[in-house]
Amino acid sequence: MNDMRIAERTVGTNAAKISARGVQVYYGETHALKDVDVDILDRTVTAFIGPSGCGKSTFLRCLNRMNDTVAIARVEGTILLDGQDIYDKRIDPVQLRAKVGMVFQKPNPFPKSIYDNVAYGPKIHGLTRNKGELDEIVESSLRKAALWNEVKGRLNDPGTGLSGGQQQRLCIARAVATSPEVLLMDEPCSALDPIATAQVEELIDELRENYAVVIVTHSMQQAARVSQRTAFFHLGNLVEYGETGQIFTNPKDTRTESYITGRIG
Amino acid sequence: MADATQTGIGPRPVDWTSEEIGARVRRRKASEMRLKMVGLAAIGFAFLMLAILMVSLIATGWQAMTQTHVRIDVTYDPALINEANPARSNFRQMLQNSLVAQVPGATAEDGRALLGILSNAAQFTMRDRLLADPSLVGRTVTLNVPASDPYDLLNKGLIDHETPEELRRVKDNEIAFFGALAAQGRVTKPLNTTLLTSADSRFPELAGLRGALTGSFYALLTCFLLSFPIGIGAAIYLEEFAPKNKASDFIEVNINNLAAVPSVVFGLLGLAVFLNWLGLPRSAPFVGGMVLALMTLPTIIIATRAALKAVPASIREAALGVGASRQQVVFHHVVPLAMPGILTGTIIGLAQALGQTAPLLLIGMNAFVTAAPATPFDPATALPTQIFIWADSPERGFVSRTSAAILVLLGFLVLMNGLAIFLRNKFERKW
Repeated sequence: MNDMRIAERTVGTNAAKISARGVQVYYGETHALKDVDVDILDRTVTAFIGPSGCGKSTFLRCLNRMNDTVAIARVEGTILLDGQDIYDKRIDPVQLRAKVGMVFQKPNPFPKSIYDNVAYGPKIHGLTRNKGELDEIVESSLRKAALWNEVKGRLNDPGTGLSGGQQQRLCIARAVATSPEVLLMDEPCSALDPIATAQVEELIDELRENYAVVIVTHSMQQAARVSQRTAFFHLGNLVEYGETGQIFTNPKDTRTESYITGRIG
Repeated sequence: MADATQTGIGPRPVDWTSEEIGARVRRRKASEMRLKMVGLAAIGFAFLMLAILMVSLIATGWQAMTQTHVRIDVTYDPALINEANPARSNFRQMLQNSLVAQVPGATAEDGRALLGILSNAAQFTMRDRLLADPSLVGRTVTLNVPASDPYDLLNKGLIDHETPEELRRVKDNEIAFFGALAAQGRVTKPLNTTLLTSADSRFPELAGLRGALTGSFYALLTCFLLSFPIGIGAAIYLEEFAPKNKASDFIEVNINNLAAVPSVVFGLLGLAVFLNWLGLPRSAPFVGGMVLALMTLPTIIIATRAALKAVPASIREAALGVGASRQQVVFHHVVPLAMPGILTGTIIGLAQALGQTAPLLLIGMNAFVTAAPATPFDPATALPTQIFIWADSPERGFVSRTSAAILVLLGFLVLMNGLAIFLRNKFERKW
């Protein structure tokens, strides 16, 4: 069980970036998420694990109000970002999504140039005053996504022409270009080969210095490798949430233990 | 129940080499072969029909590619010139006299028959020359004028000499006169440019498609300018912004039904609303374009919605994820990506509109108009209605011209569909 090596943990003294209380999600008649309470810490990687259909992606999509785009979805409860309720009427969900960046399961760069992919977010939010500033944001975003050295000579090539791993890092660069405070990642490595996965995982560890990172993953090894805190979801319930080391070595709930040891899932 | 000797899972062991299995495989292969043959036969039949259509069109249509011309020397006889109003001089008599003088063996009594060799346009050509240059009086000029329809047919070998004389358009002596002119090298058969440069005429040798082409162009332009923005706007709203409820379902069902409404019904609608109620001009390409736009709208809306639907959800999510609003997602990403599909659908819709006849008949675009329209509001015909008029005309010269006009129409349709395919291939995207 080499992969199950637990990363060195910084003790969770960081302040809570997001706190969710009593979150319920309904898809039509289906009660997809039941009464979830979670505090997500700043500058920490939080992993959501659990079997398929357990609600972990659903909860992730509540955090940047992506569920708003699904007509039949209904969200109840409160989710505070820096103490501000993101489901408050005065909050603009569009602006919230610039503040809470998201990376998807399948790399989905726009069919535009690498430069335009990264520059799109800053452009529509008017974050720059001139081309020079935009160039700077594109470069720093690509650097943060550990992609700059690979693409600096061909920023005008189409983003869809990159390899899968590069595309996913381009999507990460696109997400960080709007200077978000939280990065949500929905199974970011499930479409990547092991080498690209390793690169992205390394990158996630670096991103922790600046962002609160929330990652949904199917792979328990990945959760163990990259996260400091882990939440285990099962059948729409948050079963257990705590430090990754404790979840993997000394789970309190029997369901967590069964999942970790491969008996359910 | 475990049975050590049995390897299969069924009630008895399977022998893959048995006759029974072999027969099954042979039956399956025979059935696959039959399906393939039926498919090939269907395609072969379709190609055969297409070939028959094209061959019959070209076989009759190529005769219209040339037009017999006769070169004659005419004298502007001062005795026949109307001094007060030169335009009303007796040009027919001048032509008759010149012809009688030039055809060997012809007498003054043959004058009328000889005049029949030339197109009716000859006297007007003479008049125009005189008006342009009054000093021609008393002088002799050489005119190269189209031959009239019967002689054009005669020259192209389309008149059967076996037919009894009394049933024939050209009598024996007339054939002899024409032969005499031909013997002097006065008969030529140049390319029929009139077919594209003139508007309609009662005389086949003078009839052309210019009016119909201009009319079709204006009608299609109007159709495009109306149906493209309205169709795309409606499709984008319905697909991307409209709430999904009973009302939008009802609209969707009705748009799909509209695409199946017979075109003549749209023509009646145009007649009732645009002509009778709004009082727009009859036979105008602008009104024709409006009626065609009604017909093209459902096609464009359906094609646009299909193209918008085909844009992958991952692109929408990506844009939403970086904080693009719904409108920004649609206009920055979805519509540009759907554009090739939208354009293809639009061109196919316009190609359909180009070939539509029934709605244009009802708003009077089958009028006899001898001048190409200068604006979309002037009376005109369109290509399909021109074909309709010519096919209905008794003059035999229109037979080949009808086929030629159909070939021109088909040419434009092939061109438009080719453009659609080109656009689709050029902008096709891989995700």
